[in-house]
Amino acid sequence: MSPPPVEEPLERRAVISGIGQSAVGRRLGRSDLDLTVEAALDAIADAGLSRDDIDGLSTYPGMGAGTPGFGGPPSPEVQDALGLSLNWHDGGGEGPGQMRAVMAAALAVAAGLARHVLVYRTVTEGTAQGAGGRQGIGGSGGGGGGVPRFGSFMQWSLPFGAVSAANWIAMVGQRRVHEFGLTREQLGQIAVNGRRNAALNPKAIYSDPLSLDDYLAARIITTPLCLFDCDAPCDGSTAVIVSHRDVADDLDHPAVQINALGTALRGRPSWDQFDDMTSMAARDAAASMWERTDLKPGDVDTAQLYDGFSVLTIVWLEALGFCGRGESGPFIEGGGAIARDGLLPLNTAGGQLSGGRLHGFGLIHEACVQLRGEGGERQVVRPGGRVPEVAAVANGGGPIAGTMLLTRGVR
Amino acid sequence: MVANGPMLRLLPRLDDDVAFYWTSGEDGVLRLLHCNACGFFIHPPGPVCPRCLSRDVAPEAVSGRGHVETFTVNHQQWIPGSDPYIIAWVSIDEQPDVRLTTNLIDVEPEDVRIGMPVRVVFEQAEDVWLPLFTPEGAS
Ligand SMILES: [Zn+2]
Repeated sequence: MSPPPVEEPLERRAVISGIGQSAVGRRLGRSDLDLTVEAALDAIADAGLSRDDIDGLSTYPGMGAGTPGFGGPPSPEVQDALGLSLNWHDGGGEGPGQMRAVMAAALAVAAGLARHVLVYRTVTEGTAQGAGGRQGIGGSGGGGGGVPRFGSFMQWSLPFGAVSAANWIAMVGQRRVHEFGLTREQLGQIAVNGRRNAALNPKAIYSDPLSLDDYLAARIITTPLCLFDCDAPCDGSTAVIVSHRDVADDLDHPAVQINALGTALRGRPSWDQFDDMTSMAARDAAASMWERTDLKPGDVDTAQLYDGFSVLTIVWLEALGFCGRGESGPFIEGGGAIARDGLLPLNTAGGQLSGGRLHGFGLIHEACVQLRGEGGERQVVRPGGRVPEVAAVANGGGPIAGTMLLTRGVR
Repeated sequence: MVANGPMLRLLPRLDDDVAFYWTSGEDGVLRLLHCNACGFFIHPPGPVCPRCLSRDVAPEAVSGRGHVETFTVNHQQWIPGSDPYIIAWVSIDEQPDVRLTTNLIDVEPEDVRIGMPVRVVFEQAEDVWLPLFTPEGAS
């Protein structure tokens, strides 16, 4: 069931006025707070603001969340480090994907609770994981006396060695093989496209060429996913400034307006119990976004779609209506449609698979870069020489999903 | 030959609301929480039926028969020392929208098909009986 229609979605009163990003690397050996400060000051300066203008603060996922290197610094640490005096603040890990922090900021600005909100997402998973490689979720402890046991939702999967989101998403992928005939040759285009774009992103984690043959020869993680279907843990912080749209004319670059948010979760909030095993919450989030705008999938000039795992990207392609349900395999086959000069330029900074696991916010940052025409070598140019005017961004997968539509300038 | 599961079973805590489920296999029977008012199976267990909101809920035996909805063969050493093993989502025949995350055992990956019928077998680990599944008709 959809909410009652509104005359104008309130999120349209919000713009992303500034963007910033720290150094990004495999293992920088710097603290999460240090990286966050770098990104924050970069974003504040980009918005033409000073520290004293920032009166809101928001982050995902906030205090103490997740495995080492996952959570980033809690918002009170960032507030104190930057000496911020706040009218509104927020941090949390539950909501429509990582971008929930941007959504909350947009609504706070629209409600007049704050004027300029600093929103950040910081990871130091590269350093935290060291040489140990990708970790499972909660995969610590062992058997025998005194060993921790598990409650809550993890108890339903951990005993069976379904330790990582990779396992759960692999099952979504295998179901898509069964229902839609998805092939590894098709799926591999997400990784190959990401790597091609990462070659033009100086901050990318992996930028050496990756062919489809390289992909097909890679080590299997959990069928049908191989190493290149899983994103690259890294260190880095991304920040955006969410401001009231009144500031748009004062910026020295185009404001990026939030046209519509997609926040719904209409199915069961669970990996294994969600009614449709091939789509999950992306289906609901995307549907609710299109209910809030007159723009259509065909208006979108570039898509920055979550690729923590490649399967999630193809789920988003279908959920957002860029192709029909079950048709993402043929849509991405050969890679032409999703290339920078294709029908739907996708993950143009390399996404998380090659750009690094900046956990949703790298994609938000890149959408703004493209809409502002600041992509340099990797700038998308649409037919007729047009800079992109509409971007779709999506975060999350499985039962956690959020999406938003961004536009160049205030409409 | 794939393994029955990871090298090490990370076990549930047996909190009050789920202890019945994790120990149900002691007598070889799978039980799910059931709504006595409307007949709905509630999984994971909760204090109220999400369909009719009755609080008259209690564990009820099911046949242990189900179908493979999807699966993956895990190769990554999340738990060091593990050989490859099969993880699956299995739907329960009494109510196919209930799915259990489980391991498929006594079957090779190339013989697994989505839609294949399976039945429960229990593996005891300490005070927990883990419901695993094997192809219907296997010994
Ligand atoms: Zn009921």
